Amino acid sequence: MIAHSIFFYTFSIIAIVSAIMVTASKNTVHSVFFLILDFISISCLFIMIGAEFLGMIMLIVYVGAVAVLFLFVVMMLNVAQQKNQWFSSEESSKHIPVGLIISTLIFVELIIVVGGWKYKPDLFDINNSIEINNVSNTHSLGQVLYTDYIHIFQISGMILLVAMIGAIVLTFRKRVGVKTQSYIKQISRERSDGVSVVKVESNKGVKIDD
Amino acid sequence: MTEIGLGHYLTLGAIIFSIGIIGIFLNRKNIIVILMSIELILLAVNINLVSFSIFLGDLTGQVFTLFILTVAAAEAAIGLAIIVVYYRNSGTIRVEHIDELKG
Repeated sequence: MIAHSIFFYTFSIIAIVSAIMVTASKNTVHSVFFLILDFISISCLFIMIGAEFLGMIMLIVYVGAVAVLFLFVVMMLNVAQQKNQWFSSEESSKHIPVGLIISTLIFVELIIVVGGWKYKPDLFDINNSIEINNVSNTHSLGQVLYTDYIHIFQISGMILLVAMIGAIVLTFRKRVGVKTQSYIKQISRERSDGVSVVKVESNKGVKIDD
Repeated sequence: MTEIGLGHYLTLGAIIFSIGIIGIFLNRKNIIVILMSIELILLAVNINLVSFSIFLGDLTGQVFTLFILTVAAAEAAIGLAIIVVYYRNSGTIRVEHIDELKG
């Protein structure tokens, strides 16, 4: 149990510090790297408390896909070196007290919820839960996911498809002056468009390119 | 050290959620960091769902965490595409300059 405590405090302190650094660092690339560190430590926490499948999926999806997407966009937009301070401009400094007040309020509310849970632990019957033994986390998750939640699973697949098509449509642009292949033109080309038969009279020749 | 229970994980989720909200409010640099703060908020929600799911022995929380992962990936892709299009049109992604719809 003491090892569990040590690992929990280590990973959660790393997660909190890197979350602060995501919002506070001046360079956007550093923010992305701290976001990756945050996701890695949180997925270590997930693996530690027994949700192995979700921890691995978070590593694959966030570190493998989303963070690389963020890095690509930061690289493409050339905004990594914009060294603008938080507190520099007049306009931004008036948002800071509002943000601090709102986030402190939300934090206090969430802590109150946690405390209420702690002082009334019999609000839900914990013994009511079904313990599935001898089955791994991935196995039991798959058994639930493909039977009870199959419709939501399919809908989430459709959401991914719509997101993919939307991202392609948004960033696609037709450039003028670039020679591209036109399939319709190629397919619909007929013999009469390219070749014509000319009757050649003798001793006169044919006049081309008139 | 006391035993690590549900309250510790919920407190961690609350702290990360609050840091995400502070990041949204305080950030004036560029809008990509705001998208990262939204990812942090979704991560805090995932922590809450997974810890409740583990400590109560109910798998539904982990299933919904999977769907939140899906929606977060879709949101990041669409948001970054919108940012790329905006940068192409205006040449900047500073937050206080994005008020063209104000009229």
